[in-house]
Amino acid sequence: MRKINYTKAVWEALHDALTNDDRVFLVGEDIGVQGNIFGATYGFLDEFGPKRVRNSPISEIAIIGSAVGSSILGMRPVVEIMYIDFATIAMGQIVNQAAKLHYMSGGKFKLPLVIRTQEGGGTGEAAQHSQSLEAFFAHVPGIRVVLPATPYDVKGLLKTAIEDENPVMFIEHKLLYTTKGEVPEESYNIPFGVADVKREGKDVTIVALSKSVLDALEAAEVLSKDGIEAEVIDPRTIDPLDDKTIFDSVRKTGRLIVVHQACRTAGFGAEIVARVIEEGIPAKVKRVAGEDTPMPYSKPLEDRVLPSAEKIVEAAKRLLK
Amino acid sequence: MSAKDIPKPTNDTLVEMYRRMHRIRLFEHKALEHCTERLNRGPLHLYVGEEGTAVGACLALSKGDFITSTHRGHGHCIAMGGDVKMMMAEIIGRATGYCKGKGGSMHIADLDLGIMGANGIVGGGIPIAVGAGIAMDNKNKKNVILCFFGDGASNTAAFHESLNMASIWKLPVIFLCENNLYGISGCAKDTLNICDVAERSKSYGIPGVIVDGNDVFDVYGAVKNARERAISGEGPTLIESKTYRWLGHWHADPCRYREESEVEEWKKKCPIKRLGEHLVSEGVLTKEQLGTIEKEVIREIEEIEEFALNSPFPNPEEALEDVYV
Repeated sequence: MRKINYTKAVWEALHDALTNDDRVFLVGEDIGVQGNIFGATYGFLDEFGPKRVRNSPISEIAIIGSAVGSSILGMRPVVEIMYIDFATIAMGQIVNQAAKLHYMSGGKFKLPLVIRTQEGGGTGEAAQHSQSLEAFFAHVPGIRVVLPATPYDVKGLLKTAIEDENPVMFIEHKLLYTTKGEVPEESYNIPFGVADVKREGKDVTIVALSKSVLDALEAAEVLSKDGIEAEVIDPRTIDPLDDKTIFDSVRKTGRLIVVHQACRTAGFGAEIVARVIEEGIPAKVKRVAGEDTPMPYSKPLEDRVLPSAEKIVEAAKRLLK
Repeated sequence: MSAKDIPKPTNDTLVEMYRRMHRIRLFEHKALEHCTERLNRGPLHLYVGEEGTAVGACLALSKGDFITSTHRGHGHCIAMGGDVKMMMAEIIGRATGYCKGKGGSMHIADLDLGIMGANGIVGGGIPIAVGAGIAMDNKNKKNVILCFFGDGASNTAAFHESLNMASIWKLPVIFLCENNLYGISGCAKDTLNICDVAERSKSYGIPGVIVDGNDVFDVYGAVKNARERAISGEGPTLIESKTYRWLGHWHADPCRYREESEVEEWKKKCPIKRLGEHLVSEGVLTKEQLGTIEKEVIREIEEIEEFALNSPFPNPEEALEDVYV
C-alpha cells in the first residue's frame, strides 16, 4: 500500500468531503491561498471557490459561531482553530453554545460541526503555542473529542467526524504532520469509541494520546529488548472513550501507564486511572505526562517537561520492580 | 430617504402587530405572576415596554427568514408566532415545553417558525447569526437572519468579530441592537463612549440606522429596507432601536440604577397605546374592536396558563438524554 504523510491524509479526507457533500464548507485563518499553515487545504480555494473555503480574519469567536449557526441550518462546517491554544479565545462559543444547544433545545437542534485544530509541544514554539488541552473539551458534555495519532487513523476519523451529527473537537498534533504511514486511496470510516491496540503485550499496559502513541511504541521496542512486553493502546477518541479495551488490558497486565503531553494535574490520564480504579481492577499505576509548567522555549527545558520514550521505559521498569 | 421610500405595513399586518404586542405584554405579566408564586426557577428577563421593536421587526420578515434572540427573548419568540402554550410550559419546567423542560426561559427555540433560540450568554447569538448568514449565502436562498442583541452586547468581542465577518463576506444579516439604555445596572452612557450604537456601523463600512423602537412603523420600515439590501447581496445593516424596559433586568431587580420618573416618561411612549391610537384615528379599527382584541388575548393567556399548570414534569431520567444525537 502507498505511504503518505499525516497532512496528506487530512487533505484527502477534506477533499473527499468537499467533493461529495455540498453542505461541507471550511472556515479558518490562512486556509485559502496559503492552503493552511501545514498544507492541509492546499489547492482547495482554486478547486472549490471562496464560499466553500472561507479564509477568515483573526476572529476565533466568529469562526466557531459560523460553525454553530450554519450547522443548525443544515450545513456541515469544518472550521479550523490554528493552534489549540487559540481555542481558549472562543471557549464561549465552543462550551456554552456548540456543546449545549442540542441539549438545551430538547434535542431539536443538531450541530454537525467539526472544529479541526492541532496541539502539542516539541517544536520550540513555547508556552502559548504548545499546549495540549484535550482535557478541557473532554470535560464538557456534548462535544466529541478525537486525537488521531497516525495517517491511517486521521483520514478515517476525519470522515467519521464530518459525518457525525454531533460537534466534534478534532485534535491533530503539530509533530505528526510529517509522519508517514500506509493509507488506503479510497475513503473509509473509523468509528468513534473504538480504541486501537497498536501493540500487544502481557507485562504492562500503556495508554497513550496523540503523538505520545509514537513515544509509547518506541518505548515498547526498548522494553522488549529487556524481555518486557508492553501493550500499547491508542484510544483515538477520548469522548466517547472505549474504556472496556483499557479495562481488559489492565486486568491482563496489572500495570497501567498513561502517557500524554498535557500537564499531569487534571490531564485526561487522571480520568483513565479513575475509571480503572472504580472498575475495581487491581493495578499499579503511573502517569507519564507533561510537567505542571507552561511550555518553556529552550530545548533542554522543553525536553525536561515533555514525556518521552525514555521516561516511559523508566516508568515501566519501576512498575515491574 | 423620503417618506414614500419607507415600506409600510398593510392594515392587516398592523392589526396583527397590535394583537401580538398585547400577547407579549400579557404573557410577560403572567410569567411574572408565576415568579412570585415560585412556579418558575431562576430569573425571568421580561420584555414589557419593548414590544414595538420585536413586533415591528419580526413582521417585516418573510417565510424562511430566521432570528437569533437573547436572554430577554419571550417578546421575539411571540412576535415570530411562537406557541405561547409551549413557551409557558417551558418556563415552568414542564415536559410539554418547547424544549421538554431542558432549556427554560432563556433557551426557547422553534426552527419551523424561524426561531434559532433565545440565548443566555450576552452576545452569544451574534456569532451564531453569522453562521446562519453563511448557510443562507451558500444555499443561495433569498432569506435573512435577524439578529437581536442589546446595548450591553454591542461592547463584546463577539459583536466586533461578527459584524466584521458579516461585512467582509456580505452576509444576509440584519443586526438589530435594542438599546434600552441599561445592561443590568450599567447605563449605556457610562459603558459606551458614544451616544448611538448605530455609529459603530462605520467601523464595518455598513449602513447604521436609528429607529424609534416604540414606533412599529419606524422599526418595520428599517427592517424591510435592510432585508432588501441583504437579499440583493449587498450585505448586513446595523439597526439601533431606541427603546426601554419598564421592568427590571430580571423579575426581582431592585432597580437601584434608575429613577421612577424615567420609567414614567418612557411609559408615555407605550408602543401598544400608540398603535391603538393610530388604528382608531385612521379608521382601521374602532375602540370596541381594540377592546375585543385585548379580551381575546386575555382569554388566550388564561387558557395557556391552565395548559401549562396541568402539564406534567419531565421524567428525571430524561436529564441524561439529548447530550448527544
